[in-house]
Amino acid sequence: MLAFLSAHSKLIDEIGINALLAVSLSLSLRAGQLALAQAAFMGIAAYVSAITAVRYGWNFFEAALCGAFAAALVAAFLAWPIGRLRGVFLAIATIGFGEIARIVEINAPLTGGAEGFSNIPNDVNTFTIYGVLAFVAVGLFLARNTKVALAVAATREDESAARGVGIDTARVRLGTLVAGAFLAGLAGALYAHANYFITPADFGFGRMEQILVACVVGGVTSSLGAALGAAFLTVLPEVVRFLHDYREVTSGAILLLVILFAPDGLAGLWRRRA
Amino acid sequence: MSELVVEALRIDYGGVRALDNVSLRVPGGSVVGLIGPNGAGKTSLINAVTGIVRPSAGSISLDGARLDRLPAHRIARAGVARTYQNVRLFGALSVADNVRAGAFRLAGKPDARSLDALLRRAALHDVGLDRRAATLPYGEQRRLEIARALAGEPALLLLDEPAAGLNPRETIELREVIRGAARDGAGVLLVEHDMTLVAAVCDRVVVLNFGERIAEGTPAQIARDPAVVEAYLG
Amino acid sequence: MFAQQVANGVFVGAVYALFAIGYTLIFGVLDILNLAHAAIFTAAAFAALALLGAGLPLAAAFVLAVAIAGLLGIVLDRVAFAPLRRRNAGTLAPLISSIGAAIVLEGILRGLYGPDERRFPEGLIATAHFRVGPLTLGALDLVILIVALALMLVLSYTMRSTALGRSIRAVADDRTAAALLGIDLERTIALTFFIASALGGAAGILIGLQYDSVSLEMGSRIELKGLAIIVLGGMGSITGAVIGALILGVVETLSVAYISSSYRDAIAFGVMFLILVLRPTGILGKRALRSA
Repeated sequence: MLAFLSAHSKLIDEIGINALLAVSLSLSLRAGQLALAQAAFMGIAAYVSAITAVRYGWNFFEAALCGAFAAALVAAFLAWPIGRLRGVFLAIATIGFGEIARIVEINAPLTGGAEGFSNIPNDVNTFTIYGVLAFVAVGLFLARNTKVALAVAATREDESAARGVGIDTARVRLGTLVAGAFLAGLAGALYAHANYFITPADFGFGRMEQILVACVVGGVTSSLGAALGAAFLTVLPEVVRFLHDYREVTSGAILLLVILFAPDGLAGLWRRRA
Repeated sequence: MSELVVEALRIDYGGVRALDNVSLRVPGGSVVGLIGPNGAGKTSLINAVTGIVRPSAGSISLDGARLDRLPAHRIARAGVARTYQNVRLFGALSVADNVRAGAFRLAGKPDARSLDALLRRAALHDVGLDRRAATLPYGEQRRLEIARALAGEPALLLLDEPAAGLNPRETIELREVIRGAARDGAGVLLVEHDMTLVAAVCDRVVVLNFGERIAEGTPAQIARDPAVVEAYLG
Repeated sequence: MFAQQVANGVFVGAVYALFAIGYTLIFGVLDILNLAHAAIFTAAAFAALALLGAGLPLAAAFVLAVAIAGLLGIVLDRVAFAPLRRRNAGTLAPLISSIGAAIVLEGILRGLYGPDERRFPEGLIATAHFRVGPLTLGALDLVILIVALALMLVLSYTMRSTALGRSIRAVADDRTAAALLGIDLERTIALTFFIASALGGAAGILIGLQYDSVSLEMGSRIELKGLAIIVLGGMGSITGAVIGALILGVVETLSVAYISSSYRDAIAFGVMFLILVLRPTGILGKRALRSA
């Protein structure tokens, strides 16, 4: 068993990080916001954490928190201009923001440009990743019956009616965006320190699509579903390795199957059985 | 007890004047009917009170505090609750969660007993608390909306055509729900087309036509008012 | 020199326009952001390469590949969007569905052709240049521009003067009313997808020729630019898409020439972001911001 785990430790790390990313997006999705900026938040935090670790010798804990807070701060500023956007327009605006972030990462000083940033200390292991994930999971679990959770769900269902019962939906949207950015930031820092090398391409639209697909497959209204979706989709390419260059087709096909026949995702299927 | 005071309200949507110089009062503990032909501006008035629409002129106050400058959620927190012409429940949430959401402005959360009491006050009996709201039959959805509105212990309750789509028995039950709300101290503004219901529960009635107030009085006075008859038949 | 750069920008913009028209057409008619459009764009370029490899002359390969792209569009609608329409699934679902279809299509292309960049056969592409006044124009660029303009003219004629065009505009305006007027919705939508995808495919082949490069990355590069263009021009407006594309093409070329090239792409997205925040309808779009 241990041999299996250590042989696949890279994959297991990837699962953990992708699960954290999917959960971070699920927060906004659960509030009904199609805010597709997680990859950008991940990238911002990855670079901040990598730079502080390499240039100033900070340890992972400090660097990661710095990165995550940086991402959260950017999210707080982003929330203001996108505050009135909904649906597809919000999606496009956040995608655009993601591209701007990626281009800044290519051009800004200290980032190492398009060739990437390397020599990040590898002070992260599987336990760290799953420790963070567990912490987040416990937090979300404890919060599930609170008024905050109710406010988020109501905002998603009908924003106007939610305001009509006294819910400050603007604050819900801001809160889920910032919290999601913080989590994505943690994931970014974990990614940077687990891989000792990052490039701006790691945090572009391709990554964003991956995260979104994981959430949809797992179930858009469920953070647990998002995590499971991420795990499933991370492992999938390994399982279908025999398809070689045709591998990608399976994740696309699964996404199509889910959206056409099981729109509530894996979590929804599970709920329907119960 | 709280009183809603609407003074000289004017609402313009782009080039269209939906309401012009409309004033009315809803004292706490009373039921005021708001009637008029379609397009008379009734829902616009409710939208203005709840903050969905900003009036171009005039004022709206509850207990002397101005509502018309506040964002919608603040108005709700001040104790204003409403139901909608087209039912707007939180469909994917449970019956219980819908009611809990209604109580959002209050401290703490209602326990199972309070939830049951609220549902009964809205004439909803034997409804599974965990049922998804969207799966309820129409009549029960309407009443769940009322239960949600009552859950916040509102000082002002705005009902937008609550009887639409209800059968005669349900409409009779609705009368008691409305009177009960008023008895508990809320001021109730009832927008309705069902004149029998209006006559049965309202203390006073305000009539709108083309965005203006054309009559006001007891249900009996309104029924005899020639201007009102003209508005509906002309 | 300035005029030359503008001319180059127009060449680039014309092809962007073909791509953007397809994007905006589907959004205008169906309220769907079709993220598989870029995959069809890429597929057409590969198809053209394959057909050229099979010995067809360039013109025939072009026409055939464009037709294949159009057919792919119809298939895309049948598989990914039509079932959602029947179900009244809202606006998020088709977006996700298009992503799924794009992943499948790109996966198939990767399997068939591998991840490497391909070039067009030798000698296929004319390298002659013409001097027109102060400008130097490549023969290839001119041909591309002419083809792009021709396609846009055909589209314009179709939309304005044919029954199909009227049907499409009716469906875009009000789907229910169009159905009540007796318009065959599914057929109109299928043909809309054919047209949009054919144009996108044409753009793919032309850009492939312009840069003598066909690869899987083509799609991702243009996909997001296409978004910026249709936002700028106004989502749902064909004329807006053309104007937006030309503006982007010219601004891009000028900024590479006169400013640092590294932030070039950021300009497009910065402008897009600003427009969404300040004037979501873009230059010419009628789609109003959906309020909460």
